[in-house]
Amino acid sequence: MGFLDISNVTKSYGSVEVLHRVDISVEEGEFLVLVGPSGCGKSTLLNMIAGLEGITGGEISIKGRVVNGVHPSKRNIAMVFQSYALYPNMTVGQNMTFGLEMHGVPKPERDKALAEVAKLLQIDHLLDRKPGQLSGGQRQRVAMGRALVRDPDVFLFDEPLSNLDAKLRVDMRTEIKKLHQKLRTTIVYVTHDQIEAMTLSTRIAVMNKGHVQQLGKPKEIYDSPANLFVATFMGSPAMNIVPAKVVMEGGRPQAQVTDAEGRPILLALEQGNLAGWEGRDILLGIRPEAITDPEGADRNSHAIRSLSNLVTVTEPAGADTFVTMSLSGRDVIARMRADAAVHPGQRFDFAVNMEKAVAFDPATEERIAP
Amino acid sequence: MASSVSGATQDSAVSTGNVTRVFIYLVLILFALFYLLPLYVMAVNSVKPLAEITGGNMMALPRDWTLEPWGAAWSTAQIGVSPTGLKPYFLNSILMVVPAVAISTVVGALNGYILTKWRFRGDTWVFGLMLFSCFIPFQIVLIPMARVLGLLGLAGSVPGLILVHVVYGIGFTTLYFRNYYAAFPTELIRAAQIDGAGFFRIFWRILLPVSGPIAVVSVIWQFTNIWNDFLFGVSFGGTSQPVTAALNNLVQSSTGVKEYNVHFAGAILAALPTLFVYIVAGRYFVRGLMAGSVKG
Amino acid sequence: MAEPAQADFRTRLQDWLPKIVLAPSFAVTLLFVYGFILFTIVLSFTGSKMLPKFDAWVGLANYQRLFSLPEWKIALVNIAIFASLYIVICTLIGLMLAIFLDQKIRGEGALRPIYLYPMALSFIVTGTAWKWFLDPGIGLQNVMHQWGWESFQFTWIKSNTMAIYTIVIAAVWQTSGFVMAMFLAGLRGIDNEILKAAQIDGASNWQLYRRIVIPLLRPAFLSAFVILSHLAIKSYDLVIALTNGGPGRATAMPATFMYSYTFTRNEMGVGASSAVIMLMTIAAIMVPYLYAELKEKK
Repeated sequence: MGFLDISNVTKSYGSVEVLHRVDISVEEGEFLVLVGPSGCGKSTLLNMIAGLEGITGGEISIKGRVVNGVHPSKRNIAMVFQSYALYPNMTVGQNMTFGLEMHGVPKPERDKALAEVAKLLQIDHLLDRKPGQLSGGQRQRVAMGRALVRDPDVFLFDEPLSNLDAKLRVDMRTEIKKLHQKLRTTIVYVTHDQIEAMTLSTRIAVMNKGHVQQLGKPKEIYDSPANLFVATFMGSPAMNIVPAKVVMEGGRPQAQVTDAEGRPILLALEQGNLAGWEGRDILLGIRPEAITDPEGADRNSHAIRSLSNLVTVTEPAGADTFVTMSLSGRDVIARMRADAAVHPGQRFDFAVNMEKAVAFDPATEERIAP
Repeated sequence: MASSVSGATQDSAVSTGNVTRVFIYLVLILFALFYLLPLYVMAVNSVKPLAEITGGNMMALPRDWTLEPWGAAWSTAQIGVSPTGLKPYFLNSILMVVPAVAISTVVGALNGYILTKWRFRGDTWVFGLMLFSCFIPFQIVLIPMARVLGLLGLAGSVPGLILVHVVYGIGFTTLYFRNYYAAFPTELIRAAQIDGAGFFRIFWRILLPVSGPIAVVSVIWQFTNIWNDFLFGVSFGGTSQPVTAALNNLVQSSTGVKEYNVHFAGAILAALPTLFVYIVAGRYFVRGLMAGSVKG
Repeated sequence: MAEPAQADFRTRLQDWLPKIVLAPSFAVTLLFVYGFILFTIVLSFTGSKMLPKFDAWVGLANYQRLFSLPEWKIALVNIAIFASLYIVICTLIGLMLAIFLDQKIRGEGALRPIYLYPMALSFIVTGTAWKWFLDPGIGLQNVMHQWGWESFQFTWIKSNTMAIYTIVIAAVWQTSGFVMAMFLAGLRGIDNEILKAAQIDGASNWQLYRRIVIPLLRPAFLSAFVILSHLAIKSYDLVIALTNGGPGRATAMPATFMYSYTFTRNEMGVGASSAVIMLMTIAAIMVPYLYAELKEKK
């Protein structure tokens, strides 16, 4: 039994089930990110943990206590909202201590907690202002401060960074990460941004259409996506998915793909179990950073294959250059060093790190290898 | 939408020639005169001796200024059978209007809060039924209302009128607060719930402090409507009729000489409270009107 | 599947509290509005005279009698004339003033309140002012005579056929400013870029309004129509104050008819049936409108 247990939880509106049997167990101090496209049920699940939405089936327990039907204020949780939900008529200080006041904490204690948290978040100079006078980043801090002051068992974050501009979002992301490393609190964090999910979490639950598609550490999710949805949702640019055919050559399975001009290319597969797929179609998944120029290839890999193909587009993005080619009729993106000498229209020798390749069953879309 | 009416003229894409503009100004000014005309007539003739009206020109300024008609309208004019002037009826109106406005506004605020922040299955129907009640022709309820007021012992009394105005006013006040609170972020309510505030505490601490503008709209609308009401006043007022009913009595009385100047003074007296509110808070008055017509 | 745990007392109370607080309002509405409507409908099928009597069931007799009464016919003709003129003139004046005011008019801030203030007055006050202003003996006709236009005649208010139009004048005076405000809000809500695009497309001012702006004001037209028609059917105070239904019964309206039959002529059954007809007319306009508005909001 974990610190926060979500067991067999379902949610229905009328006859429509929007969450199907979700099982997640969160340990104390974990940073769990629920990530998925809009409408996947992640916010609903968060609201159910908070007690803002009822639980149709199953159980949620916090610290071993079943909280189904328990009022939000009695679950010892705190929540940071997307819009921050700061009370516009109260000062920052009043905003932050409102929860303590409602719980009957005496004023001296409230002030002490407030002072501590305000110092931690460096918002001590803002305490007498109204939310309307704050910048986006400051509001965000206050919203977090309001949660911290309560010293709850679990922190819930509902897309807290999505209202900030790009630069501030990155800064606040680091800030939240620092805070978590320092305080070791238990956090459930909802976002649709897979980079936030990767950078912040200790574990990720990727959700789609009311199902948890995969639950695991960020590296597992990234390197071994459970299915095609997870593979393409996590990572930017998305994982390249190339239809291929498994052929045997030299006693080893090879993925046969075609280049831009329709000529067949063989890529030796590292995953021995694919031998059983001989003669069948698979979907080969290769991350953009696993396709490079030969000089930029991963020196530790022992499975760098060379692949000659026409370059269709190059997109210099500063640190990297993204190079597009066509494999088996699909656009495939390679991520190269900024100074790689690649030009559109040129035939180029790409280096593919097949150690990092994954394979999916085209019918079930589940991962079959590695 | 409503707030843009009172805002400054925006940069309009339409440009007009000089001749057109002169014409437009002319029309606008003529209409302004048309709207001001009755007010002018009332004001000028309320300070003339009666002879100057019957034997003179209604549009002319008074030659002999006199405040006598005002005094008469206030305290000595014949209303029905007794020469009391409008004063007691004016007081009836105040006694009726203040509690009726206060109660219907508070109830409307709570209703609007519930219908937007504590939604339940069928809440739109509940609201729809309440909203439709604003638009019924009140003739349809006159007969049973008379009976019920009789049964409650409130017939012909100020409390009876208060009851009637609250009952038929909460539809509008609910509409105002519902539309206003609908724009208030629901996340704030959720945050307060997690902070441990309950139903009334959230209303009192979170919503009420930001409800100032809509409360003003609601109070002004209710005040204007109830003060200006005639049908309920004349039907259920009995001996406690409001000033509108008394004014009508004064003007329609068929006995004696028609004292036009007193009638005009009485009309202005009856109109003063709402006119005053309009001048002081016209912006909110317009907003109330709009909210009652175009959806919030 | 696990049984959902029992909610604690406070949570359950919090769930019920909103409904408990809303209940009195809802109950009052059900009783005083819908109960009373039902009461009046039932009454309209009885032979009640001075007091409600529920044992004298007469079927549709009251309605038959209602529609055979000359006074009711006059009231129907009057409401038709009044409502159509009132709605059309108010809309035209309101639209014109709104469009004119929207031309970057200097002094708009002073003009708008002048157009709108009549809406703050009681119909009784409006009626009193216009009653004497239109009175041939002391009002407009007399003023014109004093100013030397001896042949000027304006005796509508004393005329059986023309008195109804004086009610139109006073009612238009009272509400056209309000219609102006509705249209002005609509105009100010139109995206300026659309107008600029139309001008680049070569539309003249006239074409711009006729082809782009006025069609975009459709919601404002609809609201104005609904509000004005509902005000027209309910109009009681103004008629009482201005003409008191006269001369004779020339300006009787359904609202005055209902009142006089119910409370002064002691024909409560007939009065109730006229109220039912009024309600049905308003409901025919308001119910679809409110339904559409509420559905949209969901």
